[in-house]
Amino acid sequence: MSVSLQILFGLIGGIFGGMGMGGGTLLIPLLVIFLNFSQTASQGINLIAFLTMSLFSLFIHFKNGLVVLEGIYKIILSGIVFAVMGSLLANFLPTSILRKIYGVCLLVFGLYTIFEILKKQRKNAKK
Amino acid sequence: MKIKNNMLYMKKQSKLNQNFQKIYDNARKKLTKKQKNNIIMITCGCFVGLINGLLGGGGGLICVPLLEKFLHFEKKKAHATSISIIFPLSLISAFVYVFSGNIPSLPLVFVTLGVVCGGVSGALLLKVLPEKVVSIVFACIMIVAGLRLVL
Repeated sequence: MSVSLQILFGLIGGIFGGMGMGGGTLLIPLLVIFLNFSQTASQGINLIAFLTMSLFSLFIHFKNGLVVLEGIYKIILSGIVFAVMGSLLANFLPTSILRKIYGVCLLVFGLYTIFEILKKQRKNAKK
Repeated sequence: MKIKNNMLYMKKQSKLNQNFQKIYDNARKKLTKKQKNNIIMITCGCFVGLINGLLGGGGGLICVPLLEKFLHFEKKKAHATSISIIFPLSLISAFVYVFSGNIPSLPLVFVTLGVVCGGVSGALLLKVLPEKVVSIVFACIMIVAGLRLVL
C-alpha cells in the first residue's frame, strides 16, 4: 500500500515539476503529511528525485538551445557555497522547526503565485 | 583675423572637451552597469542556493522570477537556465543530505520512479492544459499544505 502511494505521490509531484512549477514543493508536504516521513528525509528524497528528472529536461532544453550559459557561473559558484550552508542547516535543525519554516515558505509562495495571477488578469482587463 | 582664429580654436576645443566627456561618461556607465549585474547575479546565487539547500527544493520557484525581473530573461529561457543553475546546487545539497544519513533508501527508489514518469507526462500535458487553471490549483494546494505544516 505505502509503495503504491509513494509512486503515486512521485507521479503527482513529477507532473507539476515537468510543467515547470516546482513539483518538489508539492512532493515534500505530501510525503510528510500522508506517509509520516520526517521533513529532512522527504527533502532529501525530493532533491534526488528531481535531480534525476532534471537530467532529462536539461538535455531537452540544451537541445532546443534555450539555456543561457553566459555569466551563469557567477550565480552557480556563489550558490554552491550557500547551498552547502543551507543543507547543513537543514540537517542539524530539529525536524519540527524545519517543518514550520517549510510551511511558512509554502504559504508565502502560494500567496505570491495568486497575487501574480491577479496582477496579470488586471493588466489584461485594462488592455 | 587673429580674433576669429582664436574663437574657432576655442570652439573646437570645447567640442573636443564635450566629446571626451561623453566618452568618459559612457565608459563609466558601462562599467557600473556590468558591476551591478555581477552583484545581482552573486546575490541571486546566494539566495537560491540557501533556499534550495534549506528547503530541499523550490529553488526554481525563486530563480525563475529573479532571472526574469532582474536580468531580463524571457520566460522560456529563464526556465531552462534556472534548471541549469539549480542542477549543480541540488547535486551538492543532495550529497550533504546523503552523508548526513537522513534518507531512507527504498522509498527513495519508488518516489524517484514516480517523479521521472510524472515529469515526462507533465511536460507532455503542458501543451494541453490551460496554464492559468493549473497555476491556480497549484497555488491553492501550496497554501493548504503550508497551513497544515505550520499548524
